[in-house]
This record gives sequence, C-alpha cells and structure tokens, in this order.
Amino acid sequence: MKAQTVLVSVDSGSILKGARYYKELFQELVHRYNLDSMVDVLETGSLGIYREGVLVSIFPDGIYYEVRSKEDVERVVSEHLLKGRAVSALMIDEEIIKKDLPKEDAMTVETRIVLRNVGVIDPLQIEEYIARDGYMALGKVLSAMKPKDVIDILKESGLKGRGGAGFPTGRKWEFTAQTDSDVKYILCNADEGEPGTFKDRLIMEGDPHSVIEAMAIAGYSVGASKGYIYIRGEYYGSIDNLNRAIQDAYEWGFLGQNILGTAFSFDLTIRLGAGAYICGEETALIESIEGKPGRPRFKPPYPPVAGLYQKPTVVNNVETFANVPWIILNGPKAFKKIGTASSSGTKVFTLVGNIRNRGLVEVPMGTTAYDLVYRYGGGLPGGKDLKMVQTGGTAGTFVRPDQLNVKLDFDSGKLGVSIGSGVILAMDTDTCAVEAAKVAMEFFEHESCGKCTPCREGTRLAVSILDSISKGKGKESDLDLLLSLADTMEETSFCGLGQAVPMPLRSIIENFREEFLRHIRKEPCPVCVYEKPKKRKAGSIVTL
Amino acid sequence: MVVDQTLEKVREIIEAVEKEQSLEEGDILLNCLHRVQDVYQNFVPSEAAELVAERLKVPLSKVYEVLTFYTMFSTKLRGKYVIRVCNSLPCHVTGGSQIIDALFKELKVGFGGTTEDGLFTLEKTGCLGLCGVGPVIMINDEFYGNLTVDRVAEILADYRARGEAGV
Repeated sequence: MKAQTVLVSVDSGSILKGARYYKELFQELVHRYNLDSMVDVLETGSLGIYREGVLVSIFPDGIYYEVRSKEDVERVVSEHLLKGRAVSALMIDEEIIKKDLPKEDAMTVETRIVLRNVGVIDPLQIEEYIARDGYMALGKVLSAMKPKDVIDILKESGLKGRGGAGFPTGRKWEFTAQTDSDVKYILCNADEGEPGTFKDRLIMEGDPHSVIEAMAIAGYSVGASKGYIYIRGEYYGSIDNLNRAIQDAYEWGFLGQNILGTAFSFDLTIRLGAGAYICGEETALIESIEGKPGRPRFKPPYPPVAGLYQKPTVVNNVETFANVPWIILNGPKAFKKIGTASSSGTKVFTLVGNIRNRGLVEVPMGTTAYDLVYRYGGGLPGGKDLKMVQTGGTAGTFVRPDQLNVKLDFDSGKLGVSIGSGVILAMDTDTCAVEAAKVAMEFFEHESCGKCTPCREGTRLAVSILDSISKGKGKESDLDLLLSLADTMEETSFCGLGQAVPMPLRSIIENFREEFLRHIRKEPCPVCVYEKPKKRKAGSIVTL
Repeated sequence: MVVDQTLEKVREIIEAVEKEQSLEEGDILLNCLHRVQDVYQNFVPSEAAELVAERLKVPLSKVYEVLTFYTMFSTKLRGKYVIRVCNSLPCHVTGGSQIIDALFKELKVGFGGTTEDGLFTLEKTGCLGLCGVGPVIMINDEFYGNLTVDRVAEILADYRARGEAGV
C-alpha cells in the first residue's frame, strides 16, 4: 500500500470524456516526478455525477477533483501529489459527491447499499471486492443456512424487484423453490433499455461481483445450478468487464463445481441482446436466450413455474440482485429500517435531461422527485425554469413542477408519479409537451414487437395523431381519441410494453392539456412549426 | 478462395462460442450471429446464415426470423461504419434533435440509408445508457457523448480519414 492513491473514474460515461487518457497521463506524470513508490493510480467505477470533466479522487486526503484537460492533470500532480497543496480551483465539494446534504432531514442523506462498492473499488480486481466483505454472504449462506432460511430473510426484508414492476423478490424465489424440477435457472435481466436508465450499466461496471455473488446465492436458494446474465448487445465495455469478472469468480472457486468445498455447483454465462427493448420483458428475454425473436409469452404460467426451456426460472434485475449480499450480511431488519412502509431499502435514481448534476444517486425509498431534482441534482442549468419531469422512464409519468412532492416508492404511481426504473428526466421551459409526447410515442412505435394489434397499431396511431397536433392540424376531439386509445391499449395489450404506454400518454395529456389545446388553436409554440392546412379528401375520418 | 476462408472463420467462431458459452442446446444463436456479423462488414450474408443454421441444427427460416427481428443485425450490406444515434427523450431534450439534423445534413441520407461511398449507415436507436453525457451516438463499437453540431462534423471527418487509410 502506497502513501497516496489516485482513483480515476473510468466508467462508460467518463471514458467518453477522456478518462482512460487522463489515467494514463497521471501514471506517466507520477513516473516522471519519481513518485512511483509513493502514489498508486487506479481505476474505479462511476463517482455518481457527470459534469464537463472526469472525476478523480485522492486518498487518504479525501479530495475530489474534476479534470477537463491535460493541464488540469499536470496541476494536480505537480501541486497536490508533489507539493502537498490542494488545487482548490479544480476541487469539487465532497458534499456533491457524497450527497450528504444538511442533516435537517435524515431522509435526504444518500444511503449506499447497491452502490456500496461503486466508485470505491477497482471493479476488475476480485481481491478488492473480497476485501470489502465480498463473497462473505455466499460463504455464510453455503456454510450455515438452509435454502429456506435465505428465502425467509428476503421475504422479511421486503425487497421488491427494481426493474419497475416491484414484485416481492422473496416470493419469486419461494415459488421457484417450490416448483419440483431437476433443472432450474437463474436469469439476470441486464437488458437495460428504458430511456434515461443507466444504473444497471454502472452497477455492472463498478461492482460486477455483487451481481455474480447474488446469482449464486439465488441458485442455492431455489435449487438451480445454471445462470445467464442477459445484457444489451450495445453495452460493449460492460460486457468485457463482466466476462472478466465471471472468469475471475471461476478461478477463485466462487462459480463452477463444488463451490467453497460444498456440494453446491453453479455455472454462469453471458447472453447478448441485439437491440430490442421488448427483451426486457421477462418472457421475451427467455425467448431470446432460447435463440428466438424476443416476443413475449402468454402468462400464466409465470417463469417461476415454467420459464427458460419450460423449467422453473428466477428472473431479477441487476439492481435487485445487488441488494441481496448486503441483506444477507446485515439482516432483513436493517434493510427494512430504510425506506417506506410499502417499499423497503434504497433506490438508485438516474438524474438526466436539463439538470445540473446529471448522474446517479442512491437514496432511501420515499425520497421526493423535488429533492432529486433540486437537492441532489442541483437544479437546472442556465437558470432556466422547470417545465416538467418524467419520472420512471419513458413508460413513466409526465408531471408538473407542483406534483413533485410525492414520496417516490412502489405505491406512488397511484398518486400519479411513478417510480418505474428510477429515471428523473427534468425538462426546462424550452421543451414542448406535444413534441415530448411524440418522441415518447415514437420510441414505443419503434420498439413494439408487433405481436399484438393494440400495441402495434395503437402506438402507430398515437404517433400520427400527435404529429398532426404538432403541425397545427389537430382537433380537440383528438385528445379524447388519444385517451380512449390509451384505455384500449391498457386493457387489451398482450404484455407490459403495450400496457405501459397509456401511463405517459395519459399523464401528459391530463397534466398539460392546456398546451395541447394551444397547439390545436395554433397559438405560437417555440418548438413546433405549423403547416398550412391542406384540403382533406372527402370521407377521410382520421388524420393519418 | 477468399469466400471459403471466411466461411472457415465462421465455422471456427461457432465452435468457439459453443465450447465457451453454451450451457444448453440452442442457447447460443444470438451470440454466434453477433460474432459472425463482426467478421463481415456489419451484416450476415446468406452463405454465413446457412452455415450457422446447419451447424446449430436450426431451420434457415428461423435464423432469418432472428436476423430480421433484432435491430442490431442486418441481412443487407451496411456501411463500414454503422452510426447509431439515440433519439430517446433524455438525449432529445439536451439537444439530440440538432445532432440528428446535423447527421442528416452531413451524410445526406435518412435513417436506414447508406452513404454513396459505402462508408456510413445511419440508424436510430433507443437509449444507449449514457444519458449522463447525452446527446450520444455510437459508431460501430465506439461511443461519443456530450455532442455538439461541430463535434459531429469533426468525428465524421475523423472516420472519413480512417476509411481512406483503410483502418
């Protein structure tokens, strides 16, 4: 261990801002100044926020810098590392990173369970994970617990699925354990496609072993000996890191035959998606692993009864799995103490759009969207006013600034503000509600798998109606048509994709109705360009 | 012959994927197609699809069903560099629509189109999970974030130079 450590945030987002280059530059300069025996330069995962530059932390001083250029790196090395003088011009307030806000309200202090190691350890060094109690939970489970004990702990903890649906994880595992079969599977849903969500990517990049450990624990608990991580084909860097982590886990004996000298064996491999949002739906994901197009299956039977190859299967989200080792080691009561009555624990939120501190933050369930935008997110850049926030992802709700005080948890959707996958997308007053609705619907139109008519045709129709409104060709009755379309899709779509479309559509029309009407009256909009009306053909019903 | 050598490579890929990654019969089709597509220029030609079907013992129609369902695969020749641009809301509100317009203007093709010189194919994609640094595009397996219209022009010029140098 050397006297000082420089940790450079080298996640997918930071790499785009030159993180690899800056890390190498740090190493080069440390060598040039003859500091090799004094300073270690290491990589770590995301430090949480995204500004213009790359975030770097120096320990044991506990100082965070934002470097934007070669010169910045040179200053940090020659001033801080060589002369021991902190470079205040480049420093970032530790409070912004740790997000330890004023203690007036204990709810707003960031609590790290899922991200406990992200931005702290070098994710590619399994030793660093082990040094922070990694694989201890697996050891405890295999040596001292029966499968049923593990499931009971999860049930008691109240952990619910973090992918968006919020199904109790313990019960899912219990159903799978109770189904009689010689072959069972554990699947990790890392097909993160909800626009605005990148938490799973940063968890996998920053702490891949927490997911691997949890999947092995799940295997032991339900009697499964094989697992797959289904990850998006576009996540190139994450795939490489995950492959390396799996290989290391095999070498250290945490995967494979007779794990830790017990009778339990577990094999794990990666499957790549190929650009289909629908594959985040659990049965579509299963179809995809089987080498088919990712079209959802009819439910029931649910995966715990008949999943992959018709065998009992657990499908959990990355973030859900990352909670499991912590719960095993700290107990269900400690977990339940955090959060709200209906939703225990924390939630990782991604703050995106017109927001000053874009990035991710892990806070207790029950934190309000207001706090996420203004306290953690630091408000909007350029002094602009907030117009609306979309919570929960593109399949979530569009809300007005006066609706932000709802405590976000799995029940808050009933109050019109959904938690979904944890996206907080802030939009300033330059955004047009009609345009936003159209972009959201275009996404669903593109991603609808085409299996059922309500979703395939409904999304297409929604786009064309919104397009005509944005061009000044809408009628007031179009809004009723959109709402009735939402009802039809909700009631009759085959899977969660089509059933979720009504949520954004309905919320944006209800919360921003006046703005839609302004477009229909052709009052000026800063974004939309109205076309001159053309003569309609006689007999045409819908403006397609 | 060149063709035979390439097919031989495809054969090797399938064997390697089978050995390294298969846990059950029939679970490696997508992983194989990804690797095969990397061998050719961003698409899977019919002779390679036939070989995959034969080796994995699945009907050719099934291989084509998969190839045409997923947006990352193509059965038609695409440009040397496939540009995927995010058109989801988080990129849209941070200036994504200007980036899309700039790409249209620079490349003179629409979505799905390939430039005349065969260098670029432009495609739209859903969220790429880099919303902290949006707007974002992806060119083959490289990502570019915090984009501006000027930066797009620079990046394209860089790729044109790479294309000429035959890299």
